[in-house]
Amino acid sequence: MSHLLEVRHVTRKFGGLTANSDISFNVNENEILSVIGPNGAGKSTLFKMISSFLPTTTGEVLFKGERISNLKPHVVARKGVVRTFQETTIFKSMTVRESIIVAQHLRARASLAGYFWGSRMAHEDVDSFGRYADDLIEFLGMTEIANEQASNLPQGNLRALGIAIGLATDPKVLLLDEPFAGMNHDETMKMVNLVRKVRDDRGVTVLLVEHDMPAVMNISDRIVVLNFGEMIAEGTPAEIQNNEKVIEAYLGSADDEIGI
Amino acid sequence: MIQWAGLAVFLLAIFIAVPAFVVASGRSDLYYTLTSVALLSIASAGVWLTFYIGRINIGQGAFALIGAYVSAILVTKAGMSFWLSLPLAGLFAAAVAIVIGVPILRLRGVYFAMISLVLTQVVTLTALALPITNGAKGITSIPLPGGISIFGLTLIPDFATLENPRLAFYYAACVLMVLTFAAMYRLVNSRLGHLCRSMQQNEELASSIGVNISYIRVIVFSISSFLGGIGGAMFGSIAQSVYPSSFQVADSVNFMLNCFLGGLGYVFGPMLGTLVLYFGWDLLFELGRFQLLAYSSLLIILMLFLPNGLLSLRLPGKKGADR
Ligand SMILES: Nc1ncnc2c1ncn2[C@@H]1O[C@H](COP(=O)(O)OP(=O)(O)OP(=O)(O)O)[C@@H](O)[C@H]1O
Ligand SMILES: [Mg+2]
Repeated sequence: MSHLLEVRHVTRKFGGLTANSDISFNVNENEILSVIGPNGAGKSTLFKMISSFLPTTTGEVLFKGERISNLKPHVVARKGVVRTFQETTIFKSMTVRESIIVAQHLRARASLAGYFWGSRMAHEDVDSFGRYADDLIEFLGMTEIANEQASNLPQGNLRALGIAIGLATDPKVLLLDEPFAGMNHDETMKMVNLVRKVRDDRGVTVLLVEHDMPAVMNISDRIVVLNFGEMIAEGTPAEIQNNEKVIEAYLGSADDEIGI
Repeated sequence: MIQWAGLAVFLLAIFIAVPAFVVASGRSDLYYTLTSVALLSIASAGVWLTFYIGRINIGQGAFALIGAYVSAILVTKAGMSFWLSLPLAGLFAAAVAIVIGVPILRLRGVYFAMISLVLTQVVTLTALALPITNGAKGITSIPLPGGISIFGLTLIPDFATLENPRLAFYYAACVLMVLTFAAMYRLVNSRLGHLCRSMQQNEELASSIGVNISYIRVIVFSISSFLGGIGGAMFGSIAQSVYPSSFQVADSVNFMLNCFLGGLGYVFGPMLGTLVLYFGWDLLFELGRFQLLAYSSLLIILMLFLPNGLLSLRLPGKKGADR
């Protein structure tokens, strides 16, 4: 059986710095796979290459057997591979509902001119965007803040909004860059359940980068570990927790955010 | 309801009350002033649209100049009807915008602003150099717009036969302005407008949700320049002449200021901004050599205290893009 996503010998250099060095792994359909590693290990860089926000230096990424690396982000999004951002990235002066409506761009059937003239298809689209937005808002438990302007929301909600915007595109693969950052324990657990629900109910394959180890161990089917741009391990949470190289990498790093 | 009433009042004012006032007061010079305001606001609307995708456009004078030349050349050299040359002038400006826009729209912030600032000068120099634009002598004695009739029914009279072509130009400019702003309103509230807003707020996020940002940027810039071309062509026709200096860098700056002043969050901002800035400048004429100083100081003060433009003072019920 071929894999949904294949990362093949991907390398990325920034000048003299090798942020990713010959990374290869596969992602199965409906899997939750986490990419972990100390700060600067190259996790975000890897996600950016998978979503074509950065070109690879060498190597390629395949989605359903088709190359999706070294294209344009919107082309990759159109194919169903969508990323969220490590830094809070939202449409500041839109409400939650407006953001989710705009993010359904890829579901539009009418042309831009059709929307301008108000064609029947455009009206149908607009209705369907609204319904889909309301569904998604309910699914995400954001009903209460649906009409709040994003800039007025607290940090925890902003992370959720970032994910909601990604989800609104109806992706096959969602790449979440530190979705639990800045959340307390309860918020994180809620989010963990939500991500799982996204996978279970919507059939979305999830890749995520996270530093919150308990959450990662809880949510992941498999884990890929990067250190200084090298992939040092791959396996189930249990395997990773007992992997010598991984323990060494984390103990060797200055920050002790790790609680394996 | 309030919006429709507002629209009706506005239309009555520009199409009936203003001409009536001019006749009553005998100040027919007002036609020229108000025609200019209407045309400048069309070009400013284009600039406003580029603001809407987060680009500071200080190059609209270039496209107004292109439009003016294209129309003048088509009318004088090819004997084309002005009314046909008008959309062609807009389309030509839009085509130039596509060619220029593809490379320069990648730039953001001051970098785009600086490059756009150079455009006006580039077009001026081109007009000086090309044989078809007749260099520094420009194109003069452009005939007034001819008439249009279908099956013997006169839609637009021949301006040359009119007793008062100024009134005809005033009406033509107002009709164009109303069409422009109706289209802008529609656009801003349609999907293209929503995509623009998403790009203005975060281009990376917009592209992550599948928006082809470079395509939308070029589309928007070409619409913007289309409006510049239309405004410029009308100006050329009114002045019956076009020179390389017909639109200068200062005009490009003013188009941008009109938008700032009216409010970047409101579709109708450029219209109000143009009116206020145009009359404001004239009112300060009394101050003689202090005119520019007073004008600049007032602008700075206005922008400090009303960063979202004059329309942020709007009465409830008046609706802009920023709902
Ligand atoms: N655009 C860039 N130009 C130069 N160097 C970069 C660039 N982006 C990332 N890097 C470098 O590449 C390395 C990997 O960065 P990356 O952001 O992928 O790390 P990360 O694993 O996501 O770290 P963190 O956990 O802190 O988010 C770092 O040393 C970083 O400084
Ligand atoms: Mg990172």
